[in-house]
Amino acid sequence: MSGHVVPLRIYFGIFAALMLLTAATVWAAFQDFGILNTVVALGIAILKATLVILYFMHVRYSSGLVRISAVIGFVFLVLLIGYVAADVASRGWMPAPAPIQSAPLH
Amino acid sequence: MSHSAKPGETYYAHQFEDAAQSHESITLGMWIFLITEVMFFGGLFAAYTIYRAQYSAAFDEGSHMLDITLGCFNTVVLILSSLTMALAVRCAQLGKMTGALFNMVLTLGLGTVFLGVKAVEYTAKFQHGLVPGPNFAPHGVHSFGLELYYSLYFALTGMHAVHMIIGAVILMVIIGLTAKGKINKTYNSPIEIFGLYWHFVDIVWIFLFPLLYLLGRH
Repeated sequence: MSGHVVPLRIYFGIFAALMLLTAATVWAAFQDFGILNTVVALGIAILKATLVILYFMHVRYSSGLVRISAVIGFVFLVLLIGYVAADVASRGWMPAPAPIQSAPLH
Repeated sequence: MSHSAKPGETYYAHQFEDAAQSHESITLGMWIFLITEVMFFGGLFAAYTIYRAQYSAAFDEGSHMLDITLGCFNTVVLILSSLTMALAVRCAQLGKMTGALFNMVLTLGLGTVFLGVKAVEYTAKFQHGLVPGPNFAPHGVHSFGLELYYSLYFALTGMHAVHMIIGAVILMVIIGLTAKGKINKTYNSPIEIFGLYWHFVDIVWIFLFPLLYLLGRH
């Protein structure tokens, strides 16, 4: 057995979807959505990556163990970026403790 | 050593119960490696996120300096190479080794085109003094942020290009082994596993393109 054979039309369909989404992300980049520009760009990128993972990388047709492994890397990626961002954003919310004064040396 | 496949049977090493279990283990192993790759690029993406938030004006200026046409062209080339790689895997699954060979050569060609365009872009950056270091040309309010932007640009696209070069070398070996018949109808897992790697490299670029070329364009 060498895995599920995906029909050709699915591969070409996914390729067409990826091309359309690439065009959409370039178009969206020249529109002014304010803060939403970043959200749209990342949203389209995540959608494209999901299509590649599910169909080109066969995760949709893989066992539960492989599916969990595929998801877990991205879960830890979110943790990594989330906690680093939370740390940087929350610096200065509380004053740093004053340095400890050492006793005079005599 | 290992079972040699009987006619019409898929090859699998002796520690496995059957070909299905072998296929499952090989796929899982590759995914574990890809998780480490996600975390490796994740560190760079985290650095990008923090500095984009802190120097957003400089990063917007930086993305305006990149050639969006070349970036777009490379995105299409790389997604097309992912399609040909997926088709190569499909051919291999069906035992059509000539088709697999043809699609792998196409993938290698498209990967080389991508790297060639990247070389053109890098050359322009060197000529315009946009390489971080003592010869960094831009001066002005955003020069520090711009230097950070270009440090991340070279780190991210450079590591991505290194992955492409390693991928191209491995692909050449796999093409050679397939042409010799060492990879064949009964033993084709290298093609499938390499496909996973190639698609992963494509995914990294799917994120790099909007983050480096598109954000801050409007």
